[in-house]
Amino acid sequence: MSEKLIRLSNLSMTFEDGETILDGINLYINNKEFLTLLGPSGCGKTTTLRIIGGFLTPTSGDVFFNGQRINDVPSYKRKINTVFQRYALFPHLDVYDNIAFGLRLAKLSEEEIDERVTEMLEIVSLKGFENRRVTSLSGGQQQRVAIARALVNRPQVLLLDEPLGALDLRLRKDMQNELKNIQQRMGITFIYVTHDQEEALTMSDTIVVMNKGKIQQIGTPQDIYNEPKNAFVADFIGESNILDGVMLDDYLVKFFGRKFQCVDKGFEKNEPVDVVIRPEDIDIVPPEEGHLCGTVTSVTFKGVHYDTIVDFKGFKWLIQTTDYCPVDSYIGIRLNPEDIHIMHKSEYSGLYGDYSSYSAEYDEIADAQEEAEDEE
Amino acid sequence: MKSKLLSAPYIVWMILFTLIPLCIVFYYALTDSITGEFTFANLTSMGTYLPIFLRSIWLSLFASLICLVIGYPVAYFIAQCKPLTQRFLEMLIMLPMCMSFLLRTLAWVAMLENTGIINNFIRSIGLSPLPLIRSNGAVILGMVYNYLPYMILPLYTVIMKIDKRLVEAALDLGCTPKQVFTKVILPLSGPGILSGLTMVFVPAVSTFYISQKLGSTGTTLIGDVIESQFKTAYNPNLGAAMSLVLMILIFICVSIMNRFGETDEEEVMAKV
Repeated sequence: MSEKLIRLSNLSMTFEDGETILDGINLYINNKEFLTLLGPSGCGKTTTLRIIGGFLTPTSGDVFFNGQRINDVPSYKRKINTVFQRYALFPHLDVYDNIAFGLRLAKLSEEEIDERVTEMLEIVSLKGFENRRVTSLSGGQQQRVAIARALVNRPQVLLLDEPLGALDLRLRKDMQNELKNIQQRMGITFIYVTHDQEEALTMSDTIVVMNKGKIQQIGTPQDIYNEPKNAFVADFIGESNILDGVMLDDYLVKFFGRKFQCVDKGFEKNEPVDVVIRPEDIDIVPPEEGHLCGTVTSVTFKGVHYDTIVDFKGFKWLIQTTDYCPVDSYIGIRLNPEDIHIMHKSEYSGLYGDYSSYSAEYDEIADAQEEAEDEE
Repeated sequence: MKSKLLSAPYIVWMILFTLIPLCIVFYYALTDSITGEFTFANLTSMGTYLPIFLRSIWLSLFASLICLVIGYPVAYFIAQCKPLTQRFLEMLIMLPMCMSFLLRTLAWVAMLENTGIINNFIRSIGLSPLPLIRSNGAVILGMVYNYLPYMILPLYTVIMKIDKRLVEAALDLGCTPKQVFTKVILPLSGPGILSGLTMVFVPAVSTFYISQKLGSTGTTLIGDVIESQFKTAYNPNLGAAMSLVLMILIFICVSIMNRFGETDEEEVMAKV
């Protein structure tokens, strides 16, 4: 697990029009790891992937593969295969010939090609589709062909560029599991690009959160969710209430004029900080028992829970709770020390985490649609 | 219902000026020129013109192939250019089409003639003039020059439409840039090649002006013979029979071309 397969060193990318897409990316990817590049539209995740695939040359910085610099190695000589965003299957070839494409180029014997294609068809459960035209397949089936076409070459690294973006929700969930299974079974390094935080959390060993061409945080899904580094990450991964606070001492933070016990340390005394409180961690209690009290301003039923917006002294919080509190009811909340997460102030402080303009729709969903259109 | 109504003017036009005349051609082809009686004589006498039919077909096939060889690289090049350059080049390609077909052919006469521009130049540097005009070569040249845009434009359209990601996918799977061309671009431009060949072949095989101006009596094409039946020989029945045979031959040629492209979704005839 610890062998470093790919290393990106101080990678920058500026396009002709002067737009900086990547700004000093440093990253290493372990062998057999499932790594996800996660971020909103235009954050540079696809550009990073295309540089690794050899379709773009970085303006500066180096790409190392197995310790060797591969900046100048053309894509057809890299032991890397890609599953493209819209599959990019060859319309003039049938399913079998699409999958056999790379093997034929490698001049394998027809018997071996047949063996490997058949094996691959079984893995992606497309047996019996050998002679179908790829244009006659459904989105999910085309997706499987694209995955099979890349994996049949037994690459060391598989790049996946939002491969599930065009599929409907249920198919997407199935494919997420399937991809993760395939990755573990075949022991191949996956580099996966997505803007879908849930997808990233479900599948990844490591998540790299990116924004504006910079890496915001690298970590396991648990790290990223529980210990976000800044307001951007906290807001992008899941929902967060982000408040201004002051770190009085180790394990002691003050916000809303009240001192709270917390589990973070290592900040300077009286350092201004961002305080993150996840909406599902908040316990609703009667007002007299609460650390803070506020008025419910809106309630939305979400299936498993209610999205409850509560006004605390003019700052609105999102609370996800299974207890129904009607609008205008006065409630109290309790916060346990482990529910409070402290972050250093960053360029993103004050931009996120206020639910004053909450509109029942999650930001991510709106972003996702926008992105799907952008990257057509 | 509405769409039916919208196509009505064209359908009426088709019936009046395509279907009915076609019937008249049939009628003439199958009747005697003097008695007006039903006969196959016009069609059976076609054997005499077989060499001319064959010459028409091979000259125009040859011209179509030359158009393909010249046109494909041009179309490929234009497809790689930036949109603005593309529009400019496209316009350049179409520019000769804006000029009269007759004028363009006459211009070649002025170039190729024994006392034409090229031969005058050759003479002026002290060499003996070349017999350029009145040859198969000159007729083919005329065809290529006149019909080249009809080859380039469909090719360019098809090459343009090839998804750039397919090129990346091919590179990703191990294609060298040369293999990308032979394994992806070329097969995918199949429909363009077929429609280009058809667009050149069909008008070339029935042309008469080009061979009259640039050819000799040895390069008479079937179009010339048909023209002469109506204008000088006053045998419209024989002319109609020839037109009919030519039409059938064109259909056969085009369907053979289509057979090659059968695996491609777009059929040539549908595009012409």
